[in-house]
Amino acid sequence: MKLIQLFLDYKYYFLTGVKVTLLLSFLGLIFGTTLGSLFSLMKLSKNRALRAIATAYIEVVRGTPMITQIAMVYFGSYVLLGADIDGFLAALIAVSLNSAAYVAEIIRSGIQSIDKGQTEASRSLGLTSGQTMRYVILPQAVKNILPTLGNEFVTLIKETSVASTIGVADLMYASKIVQGSSFQPFNPLIIVAVIYFLFTFSLSQLVGLLERKLNQND
Amino acid sequence: MIKIVNLNKHFGDKHVLKNINLEIKEGEVIGLIGPSGSGKSTLIRCINYLEEPTSGSIYINGKDISKAGSDINQIRQQIGMVFQHFHLFPHKTVLENITLAPVLTGKFTKEGAEKKAIELLKTMDLLDKKDAYPASLSGGQKQRIAIARALAMEPKVMLFDEATSALDPEMVGEVLGVMKSLAKSGMTMVVVTHEMAFAKQVADRVIFMADGEIVEENRAKDLFENPQNPRTREFLSKVLEY
Repeated sequence: MKLIQLFLDYKYYFLTGVKVTLLLSFLGLIFGTTLGSLFSLMKLSKNRALRAIATAYIEVVRGTPMITQIAMVYFGSYVLLGADIDGFLAALIAVSLNSAAYVAEIIRSGIQSIDKGQTEASRSLGLTSGQTMRYVILPQAVKNILPTLGNEFVTLIKETSVASTIGVADLMYASKIVQGSSFQPFNPLIIVAVIYFLFTFSLSQLVGLLERKLNQND
Repeated sequence: MIKIVNLNKHFGDKHVLKNINLEIKEGEVIGLIGPSGSGKSTLIRCINYLEEPTSGSIYINGKDISKAGSDINQIRQQIGMVFQHFHLFPHKTVLENITLAPVLTGKFTKEGAEKKAIELLKTMDLLDKKDAYPASLSGGQKQRIAIARALAMEPKVMLFDEATSALDPEMVGEVLGVMKSLAKSGMTMVVVTHEMAFAKQVADRVIFMADGEIVEENRAKDLFENPQNPRTREFLSKVLEY
């Protein structure tokens, strides 16, 4: 009861937080997946330079903490480029760049998990490498990629909470505001945790459903 | 029709094909035999460029396919290949497996490709499987579909890379039967095989390879009944013993 009252009292902050977190996650997912697909193609390319760039990028991003990355984008854009960018934009850039590295690895391993014989059979029939990718490899790889990608999106929703450290008014940030003004250190956190959980749980249920559907015609 | 000149292939330090020279005439059926690791598979995989030769030339109908600028996809459309492990496309039905390449390469319209596929399935006695997915087929059925898939492109040459090695013994016959009638129809074929009886019966010429070299080649009957090279004799005595 107390929790519901607290939520209603500070509804504005919580709902703003929900909006910002969802927007950050959704846009991060779109940019991250697009950029990640690009990196995965680079990593699979025959061109050594492209491969090296993609590998270096993926290793560095996966080897450094998100909280460091987000701060580097926020402060680095000012120090290095002289651009005073908005916290939300900095967070979005950092989340997208971070997620791209993980997505790239997921797509790459999904594509590589398909037996080399499939490519050989397709190429031996005279199909180009592009046609082979589009009609033979990707339709099979998607089955391996989608469930893992779904888990990555769950992680992404949670990771956006780091945006609160540079003052973006997301869900985590809302909990801090409410802690301060209600003098309740713990309850706002419960509310925020429940909201995060609702998002991630429904997303992973959705992924599970999709996975079962994809496996039906096996 | 196919001419291979001074072909060499290295895998790292390993020299797997040593100076191969070979000419295959139109309508000829070549049996390639030899112990495992002798380079038979690598050789036929070089013919459609699934393996890139380290040096040497391969001419298909007078055209050097190893030359830069030759359209390898165009050339592959004329060379069918059948693999040991079938490699059917598991996400496509039997009919889609057969029509995919003819339609995408623009060789046939969708209707034309389906008509052709149905004809091929009839000759393979597999028409009732046209809407099935590969996972529901037996090994012998899969391999016959794979042959149909290659034939749908109306190739001038067919390459068989140990097409019966992964099959249960009772299914070998049905696949060999299809290959035999294909040979009879005048198709140019290069067959890597461990089925000596088949090579002897169907091949016009048999080539024995060992350690990346062509050790001996002769008319099938002569090579099996009167091998000249001691390596050939040793090999044949081992495989024909049982």
